[in-house]
Amino acid sequence: MTNLIEIKGVTHAYKTPLGPLPVLDNLDIAVPEGEFCAVVGPSGCGKSTLTRLIAGLMKPDKGEVWLHGELVKGPRKTVGMAFQNPVLLEWRTILHNVILPLEIVAPSMPKKDREARAHELLTLVGLEGFEDKRPSELSGGMRQRASLCRAIVHKPDVLIMDEPFGALDAFTREDLWQTMHQLREKEPFTCVLITHDLRESVFLGDQVIVLSGRPATTQYVLDVQYPGERVLDGLYTPECSDMLHTLRDQIRIAQGRAGEDAA
Amino acid sequence: MKTALHKIGVPIAAIVIFLALWELLVWANGWPDYVMASPSDLPKAYSRFWELFLIGSWQTLWRTVAGLIIAVLAGTLLGMVMGFSRIARDALYPLLVGFNAIPKATLVPVLALLFIGQHNFNTVMMAFMISFFPIAVSVGIGLSTLEPEYRDILRSLGASRYTIFTKIALPKTLPEFFGALKVAVTLAFIGTNLVEIVSPHGRGLGALFLSAQTNSNYPLMFAVLIALAVLGIVLYYAVVYLERIFAGWAERPAT
Repeated sequence: MTNLIEIKGVTHAYKTPLGPLPVLDNLDIAVPEGEFCAVVGPSGCGKSTLTRLIAGLMKPDKGEVWLHGELVKGPRKTVGMAFQNPVLLEWRTILHNVILPLEIVAPSMPKKDREARAHELLTLVGLEGFEDKRPSELSGGMRQRASLCRAIVHKPDVLIMDEPFGALDAFTREDLWQTMHQLREKEPFTCVLITHDLRESVFLGDQVIVLSGRPATTQYVLDVQYPGERVLDGLYTPECSDMLHTLRDQIRIAQGRAGEDAA
Repeated sequence: MKTALHKIGVPIAAIVIFLALWELLVWANGWPDYVMASPSDLPKAYSRFWELFLIGSWQTLWRTVAGLIIAVLAGTLLGMVMGFSRIARDALYPLLVGFNAIPKATLVPVLALLFIGQHNFNTVMMAFMISFFPIAVSVGIGLSTLEPEYRDILRSLGASRYTIFTKIALPKTLPEFFGALKVAVTLAFIGTNLVEIVSPHGRGLGALFLSAQTNSNYPLMFAVLIALAVLGIVLYYAVVYLERIFAGWAERPAT
């Protein structure tokens, strides 16, 4: 299997009035095609910078980002993005929000086909019947579902998610985790998920990458061996507890608090 | 049924009560009409000078709207420049604020000297100069406060700056734009009337007011004021109507 996403030795610093602020330091990440890669790390360690690099929205000072065997030099049409803030367009209906990427990526696609495609995805995430509503009429969880549909409507081969479930309540978040698995069954894509939630990273990820504190480098890679099917109950098994424990320890190291009492 | 009654009945009742109180005030104080005309004096003034009112209203109206259209174009353009470029923002803000702080009445003689005898042009210019500021500021702020995620979603798909502007930045700024337009429309109206009243041999309702004053026809002066108020209301609600069409999505249903 080839790696769809390859990040090789990426180093980046932001220019600030107080001098350069290094955020990424010799970072390596490899995600095979179809895999789900969760990235965790302490706050402000450069995780969002990572998403912008993969999306081609900025270039690293040093190092390379490869997608599909091609060096990323600028934005590509084959990525989808979802953020913590669903950023839906208030003046469009839910259906037309989902269609938005198609208008840019596939301008020649007939209107009927676009709407059918959006409708198919909305049905998949349980938003059937809400097509003609405005975003302001939906709950936070529903808005985030619509935002996910928009991120994958043009069948991107890479989905980049920056804490997409961070602002939702715990139960809604768990619902959306399950929705993610349903979506992946129907719509295969390679995914990079930035998160602060270790349970989320284990439940969704095939591998979990722990970044060190700023400037971030790859500190630890966990190969997730989920016990049985990906159902929520699995999170309460000893296997998952062990993985979560390992990750917690790694985060503590990343925060520079390794010596502190784990209890 | 009830809502229609509410929407039309309540404002009309308020106007009737206002006119009644006005009439009562004049009657109770026993003011002659050269101190303050009462509403019952007005129909006479309208019926005698209705032709002048029609001509004057039209002249005031078209020059206000013309000035406003120029203000919308220039204001939006300035706002775009300020919204997209930090340097332009830093450079233009003090100039605009300074210009806006100048009382526009002082510009009437400047305009009159620059463009002697061009009454229509001067009036439209004044309507424009007095009203473009809120539009420029609101468009500028609307564009510069666009959340980066909105831009990233389209940019990551390879969309051009123009596409991002038309698909996201422009519609997202519309509620702020219409908020500013509501302020601008009354300002433009004031600008037009200012020139009409101050210029000798002017036209429009302002000039009618001036000639009523010269002839000591007090009921006519008040009749002009009321006509101005009505015209102002019409213009304002025309903007509200446009806002419903183009930015109705921003209105939340009442809860």
